[in-house]
Amino acid sequence: MTDVIVLAGADERDLTQLDEYRAVGGYAQLERARGMAPAAVIDELNGANLRGRGGAFFATGRKMQFIPSKEQNPRPHYVCINADESEPGTFKDREIMNRVPHRLIEGALIAAHAVDSQHVFIYIRGEYLDPFESLRAALEQAREADLLDGVTIVLHRGAGAYICGEESGLLESLEGKRGQARSRPPFPAISGLYASPTLINNVETIATIPKVLELGGAAYAKIGAPPDSTGTRLFCVSGNVVRGGNYELPMGISMREVIYDLAGGIPDGRALKAVIPGGSSMPILTADQIDVPLEHDALRALDTFLGAAAVIVVDERACMVQLGLRVAQFYMHESCGKCTPCREGTRWMVQLLETIEAGDAKHSQLDLLLDVCDRILGKCLCPLGDAAAMPVASYVVKFRDEFRAHIDQGGCPFGGESSLEGLFAPVDQHTHHPVVEEGAPA
Amino acid sequence: MKTLARFHREVAEIATEYPESSSAVMPALRLAQERHGGWLPPEAFVEVANALDLTPAYVKGVATFYDMFHLEPVGRRLVEVCTNICCGLRGAQDVLRAFEGELGVGPGETTEDGEFTLRAVECIGGCGWPTVVAIDNVHRLNVSAEDVPSIVEELRG
Repeated sequence: MTDVIVLAGADERDLTQLDEYRAVGGYAQLERARGMAPAAVIDELNGANLRGRGGAFFATGRKMQFIPSKEQNPRPHYVCINADESEPGTFKDREIMNRVPHRLIEGALIAAHAVDSQHVFIYIRGEYLDPFESLRAALEQAREADLLDGVTIVLHRGAGAYICGEESGLLESLEGKRGQARSRPPFPAISGLYASPTLINNVETIATIPKVLELGGAAYAKIGAPPDSTGTRLFCVSGNVVRGGNYELPMGISMREVIYDLAGGIPDGRALKAVIPGGSSMPILTADQIDVPLEHDALRALDTFLGAAAVIVVDERACMVQLGLRVAQFYMHESCGKCTPCREGTRWMVQLLETIEAGDAKHSQLDLLLDVCDRILGKCLCPLGDAAAMPVASYVVKFRDEFRAHIDQGGCPFGGESSLEGLFAPVDQHTHHPVVEEGAPA
Repeated sequence: MKTLARFHREVAEIATEYPESSSAVMPALRLAQERHGGWLPPEAFVEVANALDLTPAYVKGVATFYDMFHLEPVGRRLVEVCTNICCGLRGAQDVLRAFEGELGVGPGETTEDGEFTLRAVECIGGCGWPTVVAIDNVHRLNVSAEDVPSIVEELRG
């Protein structure tokens, strides 16, 4: 498929091997970029209108332009690559690191050239052992082939903390601290890692850079849904579909095509109930909204986001209160605890959702839940609290009748038949005690 | 067990990769955890602190933040079942229950013979291939409850 960019060549060849990657033009763009002025490289990225693939959709070239020159700030400049892919529903960076690790390394070295940096850190989530090994082997090959040209690339493994995928939490963690969010400004471009100018980008963004240079910014900008949603994304499809997995496609493809054509639809002829477009932190879409093209502006018009392009398909068997509860439990578990609205608010959300699911809530508590969400949204140093509040509020608003039914019927209307019934949350593990057998001393 | 001197040498070498040695605290904790059989007893914090010129309290403060640093003894094999929404929509709870049945312990517990620790974990990033089960951090994809007895048998060897 000609539209494949980030994974180009990976179906035909083993691109984890340097010679195979070179055979498809690998590292040619690095050589070319090193012969260009950094500003000219950035111009190509701006011309392509490449936007951040981690979820924030910020213009990559502009982010690079925020990095001061060495004359303005003589401290070392750093490039950090965010490979702490932890948003539930997202598993694209894993595929990139497993299958095209050299493309990530090439992109990283081009980015380092563009911001005059000699130091690259790749922060890779601790749970990703195979991708880490793949990247380590590729890095060794690149080093032996003298491709690094004085730039150091350090692979830094995380140890299980969602918040470290947030840029300021990542920097704290990389400095050897608890991964708690930082106050901004100053932004990382001015004062990031070790208070030095720092560029932070997602794996997919960086791995796209070599191809942007190869095709040329102007040509890349024609792919996908210009002017803003240019290029391809690795759509991570999961949930109730026949063929889950990663699908690299131009932005602008409809949600319906992704679910029914690529992922094979919903198993056993069941009906679609809802779909989460960008990862578990994103507001949900109902079944009648799936003709939306998967690009930034169209999803914004429906009050949601493309996020990290993680499509989570939910069929008719799922209870939305249980879904909301499990999502809230996740973010409560992952809250770093620094900001009160997130730390306390996510706990409130969990308690309210548990009460609703148990059938013990009053109708007024639905509005109370929305009120708690509102008191988290936009009131913290980082978006983790928003990541809980946005989706749960959307479930309440869009499936209010189902929430009300829990109250009216004094319990879950699915009567134990929901697909999410009895789903265990690890947050309970910390307070989990083995059941004491009857008659045994307590 | 790896000698303390060797541990110090390895940590010192890792620290040279970073502009500031305190950045090596997470890799050092990982090494310490390996050295102590998969968990971090109190003396591990002292060892990491000494290797990096930090305080044990600081090191413990870092360790307690991250899920993959274990503060209690764990079994020789770590079985972790993802129970986040994508796996949950596809039956992760049945997979977890099957492991509970086969191993005779609940999530967060270790078998009496010290062989297995079973944990339910948050999303480990294989959502398109549910249920994802990590065994000693190596992911098994598309695991169903029916697969569990043979997996446990294989692990028991």
